[in-house]
Amino acid sequence: MDTLFFAGLITLALIKATPIAFGAMAGLMSERSGVINIAIEGMMLIGAMMSFLGSVLFNQWTGGALPKEVSLIVGLVVAMLSGALIALLHAWLSIRYKVDQIISGTVINLLAFGITNFTANAYIDAVRLSGVGIFPHINIPLLSDIPILGDIFFKHQPLVYLMLITVGVLQYALFRTRWGLRTRSVGEHPRAADTVGINVNRTRYINVVIGGALAGMGGAFLVLESVGRFQKLMTTGRGFIALAALIFGKWTSVGALGSALLFGFAEALGVRLQLGDINELEALALLIGIGISLLALVWVAIKLIKRSQDKRPASLIAIVGGAGLLFIVLALTVDFPNIQIPIQFLGLLPYFATVLVLAGFVGRAVAPAAVGKPYERG
Amino acid sequence: MNSLFERARNTWSRVNLGSLAVPLLAIITAMLISSLVILISGADPVKAFSALAEGALGSQVAVVETLIKATPFLLVGLGIALAFRGGLFNIGVEGQLFVGSAVTVIIGYSFELPFYLHLPLALIGGMIGGAIWAGIPGWLKARYGAHEVITTIMFNYMALRVINWAIGTDGPMRAPRTTVPETSAVFESARLPILLADSRLHAGVLIAIAAVFLVYWLLWKTKIGFEIRTVGANPHAARYAGINVPFNTVLTMAISGALAGLAGGIQVLGLAPYNFTTGFNVGLGFDSIAVAVLGAIHPFGIALSSLLFGAMDAGSRLMQLRTKVPADVITITQGLILAFVAADQIIRGLYRIRVKADHAEKKISLSETWGGGD
Repeated sequence: MDTLFFAGLITLALIKATPIAFGAMAGLMSERSGVINIAIEGMMLIGAMMSFLGSVLFNQWTGGALPKEVSLIVGLVVAMLSGALIALLHAWLSIRYKVDQIISGTVINLLAFGITNFTANAYIDAVRLSGVGIFPHINIPLLSDIPILGDIFFKHQPLVYLMLITVGVLQYALFRTRWGLRTRSVGEHPRAADTVGINVNRTRYINVVIGGALAGMGGAFLVLESVGRFQKLMTTGRGFIALAALIFGKWTSVGALGSALLFGFAEALGVRLQLGDINELEALALLIGIGISLLALVWVAIKLIKRSQDKRPASLIAIVGGAGLLFIVLALTVDFPNIQIPIQFLGLLPYFATVLVLAGFVGRAVAPAAVGKPYERG
Repeated sequence: MNSLFERARNTWSRVNLGSLAVPLLAIITAMLISSLVILISGADPVKAFSALAEGALGSQVAVVETLIKATPFLLVGLGIALAFRGGLFNIGVEGQLFVGSAVTVIIGYSFELPFYLHLPLALIGGMIGGAIWAGIPGWLKARYGAHEVITTIMFNYMALRVINWAIGTDGPMRAPRTTVPETSAVFESARLPILLADSRLHAGVLIAIAAVFLVYWLLWKTKIGFEIRTVGANPHAARYAGINVPFNTVLTMAISGALAGLAGGIQVLGLAPYNFTTGFNVGLGFDSIAVAVLGAIHPFGIALSSLLFGAMDAGSRLMQLRTKVPADVITITQGLILAFVAADQIIRGLYRIRVKADHAEKKISLSETWGGGD
């Protein structure tokens, strides 16, 4: 095991984290404005299917005259629109009709499972629709030439970049712009927001719908950058993991990205483990080390973003970060004895961690105060 | 005097036509929209739905199939409803069902006992498994304020992963000499007796029916039930009334999980090939939420709604066979039914059903403690 192996691991983790991070951003948009979103899974699934249909049908319609990238972009746009549309239904049920937001989310999930399975059985699989292909890797000029870092961050397919940009933009927008202030106020104290003239329900509609578009992108990633075609229930719970990542990240986009990466690492380590590159204990040690380092990284990011409000001493961050790195280095250099731990058990850690965070064992996660409560003008 | 009058009027408004009309119209509207979906897919909705009806009710085999399919819906739906009544959203019933069936199958295939011991032991084991798998999230909620929706979903995935490992290659529960991930079949002595010769109708159906009355009795005729409902209605008031709210939360989740675990156990012990495989009852958890809500989170209502969902599931196979309409259209219909029942204003608006003001705003609200804390 060496640096190259570790670099490869980070690259893979970043790829695996992409759909989860998109999903978490969808949840962030929605929940920061006060609408619970357990329908991320369904929105992603719809996005995945529509990206496939959009790209394939557009390609058929143009007779293949245009380069495949154009069809793929059309697929992405269709995914975003359909994600937005099904999110609109969620918003409509939970805002206009004040349906309990968890029930409304269940409705969306059920519909999404039904619609995608139905379409797959009645059409996609029935006529053996084949995909257009996947997005090519784009090497960012200059940056991709940096040794190691270039390989990790700047030789990806477009949606990975888009995800990183989205996370950055949302973090900035949520805490630094007028839109962000409005969104947060609507999510924390809708009555106060209403008093100063913010349209609570309109803000919520807009946020939920944009969130749906983001979830659609997460689904599209699976088709357009990974598998290349649609498979039934291909999101396999990523939407729910995204929800966990959001909460684990304490409803901030940088935090959510950090926890999405942790889930990504767990997945990537699972792959490596299956390939036999590392043994179970090494994987476990690596995951713990990475987890601690990611925590320090998120703290650094938050310190940089919210200079004044963050009270964490730099020394604490340095110690935690150092400990994490030390762990990683140890995991990479020391030869751990071969003990058989089932791969599935490694995959349990992120779920377990989420439960611990939610229970307040690892810092308190505080949801937006008004989340889950329909707003009524009094 | 006044309150007596009020009570009488409330009782009356509860049994008025409106309360039955909305679910019925919701079902009809959902089916109409599904017909549209069938039409778009190029099939004849009338043919499709009549095939569905025939597959669900057309013969003795069909009726038996409907009852068998309704059984897990009924038990899991009761579990969800019981949690609802206690102010909890047990969305993780699927994981509890998994754990329940896993425990049941282990007890079932590990040793042989006389059937009067083996069968109850296997079922009770499943119930305990489900109760623990729901009780832990309940405890996390009661003690630390962790919202049960997220924790139970996480527990779903944990159960799924551990069980997939256990029945996977070289797993401890893997049946010897098999190429697919599955356990051995349970011994004859643990299987549920067949009620009707040469059919699949097993005694689990009776257990489910008994559970309807048991849950009703528990919720409305016992002190525990009273406390569960009081906590569900207003946890703060319940605390002032001297009810141990944390204990009640754990108890409610545990009973709810036990019902799901029982459903899992019955699926293992009642139906051939009497074992546990991957993809075992996947999706049942979400469908059952629709069952519980459609049944007005009342045991008797759920008995009806689970029959409907069971019939739809049973009939969908014949529909797919005859008209090539994928059975998944049923999931769409079920989602729509849930939407229309939960957003009953849509139905009331569509069909111009007037509502009495005092009983109009009785919405389910479970989303209030999202993300922990009070």
